[in-house]
Amino acid sequence: MVAKTVNQRAWFLVLPVLFIVALNAIIPLMTVVNYSIQDTFSPGVFFFEGTKWYQEVLSSSRFHSALGRQFLFTAIILAIEIPLGVAVALAMPRTGPWVSVCLVLMALPLLIPWNVVGAMWNIFALPDIGLLGYGLNWLGFDYNYTQQPVAAWFTVVLMDVWHWTSLVVLLAYAGLSSIPDAYYQAAKIDGAGRFAVFRYIQLPKMKRVLIIALLLRFMDSFMIYTEPFVLTGGGPGNSTTFLSIDLVKAAIGEFNLGIAAAMSILYFLMTLLVCWVFYTLMMRGEDET
Amino acid sequence: MAKIKLNQLAHSYYPNPGSDEDYALKSMDYDWDDGGAYALLGPSGCGKTTLLNIISGLLQPSKGRIEFDDVDVTQRTPEERNIAQVFQFPVIYDTMTVAQNLAFPLHNRGVEAQEVERRVADMLETLELSAKADRRAQGLTADEKQKISLGRGLVRYDVNAILFDEPLTVIDPQMKWQLRTKLKELHQRFKHTMIYVTHDQTEALTFADKVVVMFEGEVVQIGTPEELFERPSHTFVGYFIGSPGMNILPCAIDGAAAIVDGHRIPLGFHYNPPAKAKLELGVRPEFVRFAKNTEYGVPVSIERVDDVGRHRIAKVHLGQHSINVLLAEGEPVPSYNIAVVCDPIRSGVYANDHRIEGQALKEASAW
Repeated sequence: MVAKTVNQRAWFLVLPVLFIVALNAIIPLMTVVNYSIQDTFSPGVFFFEGTKWYQEVLSSSRFHSALGRQFLFTAIILAIEIPLGVAVALAMPRTGPWVSVCLVLMALPLLIPWNVVGAMWNIFALPDIGLLGYGLNWLGFDYNYTQQPVAAWFTVVLMDVWHWTSLVVLLAYAGLSSIPDAYYQAAKIDGAGRFAVFRYIQLPKMKRVLIIALLLRFMDSFMIYTEPFVLTGGGPGNSTTFLSIDLVKAAIGEFNLGIAAAMSILYFLMTLLVCWVFYTLMMRGEDET
Repeated sequence: MAKIKLNQLAHSYYPNPGSDEDYALKSMDYDWDDGGAYALLGPSGCGKTTLLNIISGLLQPSKGRIEFDDVDVTQRTPEERNIAQVFQFPVIYDTMTVAQNLAFPLHNRGVEAQEVERRVADMLETLELSAKADRRAQGLTADEKQKISLGRGLVRYDVNAILFDEPLTVIDPQMKWQLRTKLKELHQRFKHTMIYVTHDQTEALTFADKVVVMFEGEVVQIGTPEELFERPSHTFVGYFIGSPGMNILPCAIDGAAAIVDGHRIPLGFHYNPPAKAKLELGVRPEFVRFAKNTEYGVPVSIERVDDVGRHRIAKVHLGQHSINVLLAEGEPVPSYNIAVVCDPIRSGVYANDHRIEGQALKEASAW
């Protein structure tokens, strides 16, 4: 028997991919890593600083509060958008001409550029000329998001819910549409009530798409920048300064490249870690399928 | 348990059905006995599942009424009708264990916990799933899942009827046999009215006391397996039941004989067929044989002989018509002067696809 010589040259075909990945991911990331462990005063002049920037970031109260705001924001967003998205998907018609109408309506917010969303809500919520702001004040609420932290949070959360709940709706709707009729018929025969149908058929069948929805909404809301930047600019004060806004302030506003780079790396690792924990927890017991 | 009565029942999936063509189910009047095992047999798209869903209450008929024990239940839900139904593809509740799956329909009906436990244990035993009672139902094989679906229907002892919609489609052949035997057993034990939809004649004939043959939205015959075999009342029944199906030959009728392609075939009865009807002679391959040399038969030519296991089937030509002839074991295939004879008593005459009855002859001709 003659041993076949394995032709390894095929590996060269992977080179273009490696090249592209290097350009768009590895090299930029390594640049950030470089900045995060060095100090620089002028181009080409670098001093090795080790973990100094990391220690500084991790012990700064400014970072702590930005991180706290970030987690609070993401938690509120997920707690509202996931249940609301599922509820809307359940309420949408399953057949007939209204299906496409609903789907188009749902897709609309997703098609609007993020800074436009910020600008829209900025004007919409202005207490003197915006419909929302004026309306709330007319109803007797003392509402001014440019001055009140609570009002600013309310507006940012409302804007995000308006912008992104549709994504959860569309994903949940896709999950619901994939359930065969026989399940609903069997549930009727078994005498299951509306809630039992949701709990034992719809929810388990939507599990996978909901995991995706949860991960996407987590990552997006955790990295949110454009909309609050346009809407509140992180204010009033620092009340809506989320991590990415803080990061940009440090990098571009204050030109603290070392601090900003260390923050970026920590930010990236945190997102990765939380996603991994989510995913592992949610997929536990799914291996049997 | 209940007697089921279909009263002028018809169904169309169109909102405003016009002609007969629009109806998936054409008007029908039938009584189904309490405790009977019925099979609804027919090709795909003949309305079997529609009829089943109407009986269970998943579908509202466009016309007519359905009665359980003389009570009109047309407007009632499946829950109110107290019906169990098993579907073609297994439906299980993924997040529950096997035992919880079986207990689900009982819990929903507020059955006492102790009673639930007892019945579930009994059903697990019956379905041979006891070892897997506490496993999550999600990871089971297709036939185990289908057993659970069956079990969820059977665990309710007091149902009015159990309906099966081709329940063995996804099951392995070996397992099919076992499950079917199990169903028969359960039927004898609980005496539920059972209605079993299938397009497999073996399944229908082995399961049911009465087979309901459907064709293009109509019930063409209800009968015991023997009746369907011996006296199919519609050419479709003859063709669909039996393997191979009945030979159906266009013919003319002359009193007690059929004329096929210019040849006289003697019949056991004297017929007066309606004028201008499409006339056909139907005779099963089992009742056609090659003529012995002393007999007079209809001359044919042999196209081929197939060995199908237990017996052989000769395909012969009579003019442009082909006829299947079942050969007895060890019977030689004739090689010259080939002719066939049909059993006159078991040959039927069909006018526009429906069997017509003849008058008995004074002296029946021997076959």
